[in-house]
Amino acid sequence: MPLETLKASGLSCSYNGMEVLTDISFSVASGDYLGIVGPNGSGKSTLVRALLGLLELDAGSTELFGAPLAEFADWARIGYLPQRIRFFNPNFPGTVEEIVRLGLLAGGARLSRSSAGQNMAIDAALELLGIVPLKKRLIGGLSGGQQQRVLLARAMVNRPELLILDEPTTALDPETREQFYALLERINRSEGTTVLLVTHDTWSIGKYASRFLYVDKKIIFDGSFDDFCHSEEMTAFFGEHAQHLICHRH
Amino acid sequence: MMLIPEIFSYGFMQRALISGLLIAVLCAVLGVFLVLRRLSLIGDGLAHVTFGSVALALALHAQPLFVTIAALPLVLLSSLGILRLTEKARIFGDAAIGVVSAAGIAVGVILAGISGGFNVDLFSYLFGNILAISSAETVLAVILFLLVTGVVLFYYNELFAITFDEELARSSGIRVERINAILALLTALTVVLAMKVVGILLVSALLIIPAVTALQIARSFRAAITAASLFAAFSVIAGIALSFLLNLPTGGLIVLLNIVLLLLAIAWRRFFFN
Repeated sequence: MPLETLKASGLSCSYNGMEVLTDISFSVASGDYLGIVGPNGSGKSTLVRALLGLLELDAGSTELFGAPLAEFADWARIGYLPQRIRFFNPNFPGTVEEIVRLGLLAGGARLSRSSAGQNMAIDAALELLGIVPLKKRLIGGLSGGQQQRVLLARAMVNRPELLILDEPTTALDPETREQFYALLERINRSEGTTVLLVTHDTWSIGKYASRFLYVDKKIIFDGSFDDFCHSEEMTAFFGEHAQHLICHRH
Repeated sequence: MMLIPEIFSYGFMQRALISGLLIAVLCAVLGVFLVLRRLSLIGDGLAHVTFGSVALALALHAQPLFVTIAALPLVLLSSLGILRLTEKARIFGDAAIGVVSAAGIAVGVILAGISGGFNVDLFSYLFGNILAISSAETVLAVILFLLVTGVVLFYYNELFAITFDEELARSSGIRVERINAILALLTALTVVLAMKVVGILLVSALLIIPAVTALQIARSFRAAITAASLFAAFSVIAGIALSFLLNLPTGGLIVLLNIVLLLLAIAWRRFFFN
């Protein structure tokens, strides 16, 4: 039986009295590729932030690698790529190398430019993402797709066991988006990294993810994409037309 | 015309140079973090609180060194107050700075009124008087420089991480609130020291302008910190020398030189990078 990487139990959260998440419970096994989808405002990003302890919950708890969130300290085992960097400043003076090196802080290491181990980890992450030539470039001068790769390299630099990505393809054109999904699939398969991906892009996640979670403040469906598309219960819930729109690319 | 070595052969000029250089470099380093985090005006707000503290100390006829030391507790508390207002009272950072700043000025004006109005001493803190820095104040500047530099070096990566993105930093296990408090306290210490160099009214210039100048041309974060420090150091050396030669106020000259450097950096960027 695969080990449990993440377990959410009864997560509930509200903003200004409005409930955003209601009694969310699920777990993610090691090696899973879980896609979390749902309409705008369905609480997907809130769920991810709740899982990482980035916001206060009304109720519920999270376990990471078997440890309660409050006691979990081994952040190097988790790589996180947020939806967009909140105050991303195009004139931010950090180079790609400097930004990727920041990821090593999760391991509690004192960063050093002369550490051979750290430099090798950075080079390996850049290599994995195919961005070695960008190493000395300023992150602000890169395209949206390149910036996403840099941030993914930052998330991957510790070779995490769990990768959590929140709408990573929003700023990407369709071709770059497909490349990005293929890259994630490669990381999941070849590195054995557990992937938890939040997206709008239902069809693509159906193509790549091994498991599919449809969330709209609460969990509506948890299973494979194929099962979702053939579920009579979901047809009754969404209506035939809406289910067709979710399951087929248009 | 006097040569630079001759100008700095006087004791008061040496004290001005040492204190000015140390404080300007501290301001420049902290300024890079503050400007990128859009907290540039925290220096202005804390300087206004310093005004209140200075007015109180002068009303009590305190010695110059004690005026500086007396200002520290209130300004340190105010820096944490700004953070608390932002984090707990859901007030935007700039508004929180405005609230604390206004409180500082209000208290200062009332205390200045009670103690017989604005006098020469208070004006020297408002506009700075780097050439009147005493030996004891120079020693205090050295001690605080070593303290602030040590803390910045120790927490450099954490400060860089929260400057890039707080949420990413938090997801790496960094205690963001603690690092924010450290940055605010270091800024408060530096602002109090800087009031003698350029005056309360121009302190924020030392925090903002060298950082903004460096950001025009820096090709890495580390380079931005180094360039900001060099620009700040140059403006202090040239500002003190020019003020001696031209008999003009030193604080104003230091700030104007910084603005000249900024304009040159903007031109450089347009010419070479665009």
